[in-house]
Amino acid sequence: MNSQPNYMANYLPILIQLGLALGLSGGILALSWLLGLHRRTRRKLAAYECGVEPVGDAQNRFAVRFYLVAIIFILFDIETVFLIPWAVVFRSLKLFGFFEMLVYMAIVLAGFFYIWRKGVLDWNTPERAE
Amino acid sequence: MPITVFLLFALVKSLIAIGILLSLVAYIQLAERKIVARIQNRLGPNRVGPFGLLQPLADTVKLLTKEDIMPSTAHKLLYLIAPAIAVTMALLPISIIPVGRDIHVLGYTTPLQITNINIGILFILAVTSLGVYGIVLAGWSSNSKYSFLGSLRGGSQMISYELALGLALVGPIMLAGTLDLRGIVEAQSHIWYVIPQIVAFFIYLTAAFAETNRSPFDLPEAEGELGAGYHTEYSSMKFAMFFLAEYINMITVSCIATLVFLGGWHGWVFGPGWLQAILPVFWFCLKAAFFLFLFIWVRGTLPRFRYDQLMGFGWKFLVPLALANVLVTSLVISLR
Repeated sequence: MNSQPNYMANYLPILIQLGLALGLSGGILALSWLLGLHRRTRRKLAAYECGVEPVGDAQNRFAVRFYLVAIIFILFDIETVFLIPWAVVFRSLKLFGFFEMLVYMAIVLAGFFYIWRKGVLDWNTPERAE
Repeated sequence: MPITVFLLFALVKSLIAIGILLSLVAYIQLAERKIVARIQNRLGPNRVGPFGLLQPLADTVKLLTKEDIMPSTAHKLLYLIAPAIAVTMALLPISIIPVGRDIHVLGYTTPLQITNINIGILFILAVTSLGVYGIVLAGWSSNSKYSFLGSLRGGSQMISYELALGLALVGPIMLAGTLDLRGIVEAQSHIWYVIPQIVAFFIYLTAAFAETNRSPFDLPEAEGELGAGYHTEYSSMKFAMFFLAEYINMITVSCIATLVFLGGWHGWVFGPGWLQAILPVFWFCLKAAFFLFLFIWVRGTLPRFRYDQLMGFGWKFLVPLALANVLVTSLVISLR
């Protein structure tokens, strides 16, 4: 740790890397624009649909399962994030830390099995008829 | 070390890392084509240069001179920045991956990584999940049905397996008691975590394949059903940028697997002084290369999952298994 000036300065190189990465991707985009051909036709610029004229708009309604997965992910990812600081200090908490986490894990698992029973995790059952 | 020298070192290390990465991606791609060809009893590219070694160069020139198409129905701004997001978020985690011990340059001691932050793993988890935006925005902004389906699949798959990925890393963090990647490697000087955390290792590996959209989890780009998935509408280098991001992500997850489970740069060190300085880096590269080979090998061997199987496997098997692994690990540690 003595080789670094101070704590926050350690994050500055990440900004440098971010700048370089942005520069690289911008450079590639620009280069491909400059070097590429530019012979446009209406049909060429149409969205790909196996060679047929595109029908309708693609930004349409989609299966609600994708949406549900996103919601459950946010809940469980936050719960995972809570596990990580606990894992770091775990050794100093000893058995107390273990039982505290057992309570927490029981709550997480209760929610997990609830959504499992509700069928949110099943993808192959047909949708209920409305 | 004064701050200006510190930042100068960081800049030089960043440039070197990006240079190495770009050429590495080119040659991993060539190696992949060669190895998959051998698995399928073909020869693979062997015409451009000796053993086809100049093939990546030829491919780059070809891609650069291809027409740069933007579909007329696309959302222009998002369509342009989606590949940029993918590449940027792939390059960012590299900045905290250590490849060896400290080195001494020009009278200064500097670690063999661009910067050393003490929440390394957390940072990597955070930034790699931002990579989902590249895929989702690419598919949505293209306004093509194939792209849209591909990005929906890709987004759901990546967030589902990210959960298992994060939970698999909790076990080794518990053993090491730190989020600092160098600290985790140093904690493995007696035993590599692949032995006490064998379950977490396999969960991590499986989730890593799904996170990088690699076969057998390559449903977002399933050629047979989706055209090409989220990058159907992309051409020239914009198309290649998604592959650049995918391969850099492969390198990143291989490096993390090496650091967290295979003891990083620990290995047999012997011989004269200069050899002892190089060997740790060599062991690190060898272990990471093993994972990269595994990626290619699996692609040449396993068929693709079905989507409901994929989601079921992630949520109903990997996540409970990872939680059980966390519980068992914590019980064993607290009883000791």
